Amino acid sequence: MNNSSTLFAIIVSSMFVNNIILMRFIGLCSFFGVSNKFSSAIGMSGAVFFVMLLATISSWLIYYFVLVPLNLVFLKIIVFIIVISSLVQFVELFMKKNIPGLFKALGIFLPLITTNCAILGVTFLMLDYKFNLGQSIVYAIGVAGGYSLAILLFSSIRERLEIAPLPNAMKGYSIVFITAALMSLAFMGLVGLFGY
Amino acid sequence: MKNIINKSIETFLAGLKENPVLVMLIGLCPVLACSTTANDALGMGIAATFVLVCSNILVSAIRKIIPSEIRIPIFIVIIATFTTIVDYTMKAYLPKLSESLGVFVPLIVVNCIILARAESFAYRNNIFLSFIDGLGMGFGFTIAIVCVALVRQFLGAGNIFNSAKLISNPILIMILPPGAFLVLGCLVALVKYIENKVKQNQPKVISNLPSSCESCAKKSFCVIKIEN
Repeated sequence: MNNSSTLFAIIVSSMFVNNIILMRFIGLCSFFGVSNKFSSAIGMSGAVFFVMLLATISSWLIYYFVLVPLNLVFLKIIVFIIVISSLVQFVELFMKKNIPGLFKALGIFLPLITTNCAILGVTFLMLDYKFNLGQSIVYAIGVAGGYSLAILLFSSIRERLEIAPLPNAMKGYSIVFITAALMSLAFMGLVGLFGY
Repeated sequence: MKNIINKSIETFLAGLKENPVLVMLIGLCPVLACSTTANDALGMGIAATFVLVCSNILVSAIRKIIPSEIRIPIFIVIIATFTTIVDYTMKAYLPKLSESLGVFVPLIVVNCIILARAESFAYRNNIFLSFIDGLGMGFGFTIAIVCVALVRQFLGAGNIFNSAKLISNPILIMILPPGAFLVLGCLVALVKYIENKVKQNQPKVISNLPSSCESCAKKSFCVIKIEN
């Protein structure tokens, strides 16, 4: 099961085929909120990548080594959200002290991650697919890659949209959604390639 | 008494006027993901409304003993508790709905609307008003998600709720992911268009009238004339 072709399928599928934003609609708030500038999109995708990896590993360990043996699976929503928010706090403190350069680069985006549903969504999805630890790590990398891909592409388009001549009612978020629809349409071309 | 009724009606209507989805643009994930059929949308709307109302009531009830430094983690734990209740109840009694909503039921916990209302309303107001606010906002959310779902289901699958097919050649793309973005984009544009129209029809108040106008009896009439 855990051979390299499965891992490859997971990474391609989570990055392109089932792109977390354009196909699954998870993590949209931060996607639309932060994508108005290319530089902030880079910061956000870096923070997501970092936290998603840590969150997936720690919640996988907690789920299979604490919640399942103690028969407390029904507490998973509460436990996961607490794990993620304390993890974010911890990472923030650690970075501030040891890697101030990266801390400055990520800035405000690190605390914002707590309410980013992409992180929590990935932890639930990996349980749904019954991944083992190695597959979960690869899945988290794939999803974070897909998130970064979507947000970076989208922010470059959005910078152009600001100067585009538009009808009054379409200005602002409306045209942003329609642009996302076109991007999602492009990703539709890959549907059915892999199942993850 | 009359004051209380007026205030509660006002609070309830705020949920429609400042619609969380179409005006404030928060809590978008479920709106796009759970709107392929109107049934799913209604289920999602009711589930989120339940969590919103319950968490608003509880937050407001214990607001005096919550230390303000750690209020956000406390809000999140309260919301997560009610989300767990909804998740397991739905799994037990509505397994089909639970399956089609999938990961979005546990994700109610990170729905920004609920945390935003707990922070900006329930933490500052009494239990009754918080209850009304939860109902109003939940109602606004449900209306928005059902509107999107009705359009998508009608154009994409050709029916409404559980009815028979009404149009023979549905546009499949509408129930696929791109359709969700497209319909929501058009809906937001429509709301903005109406808003602009309403704003245009309201007479603007001119702040710096000529001093001779101040004592004139026909002042208000005159201001509207100038505007037109």
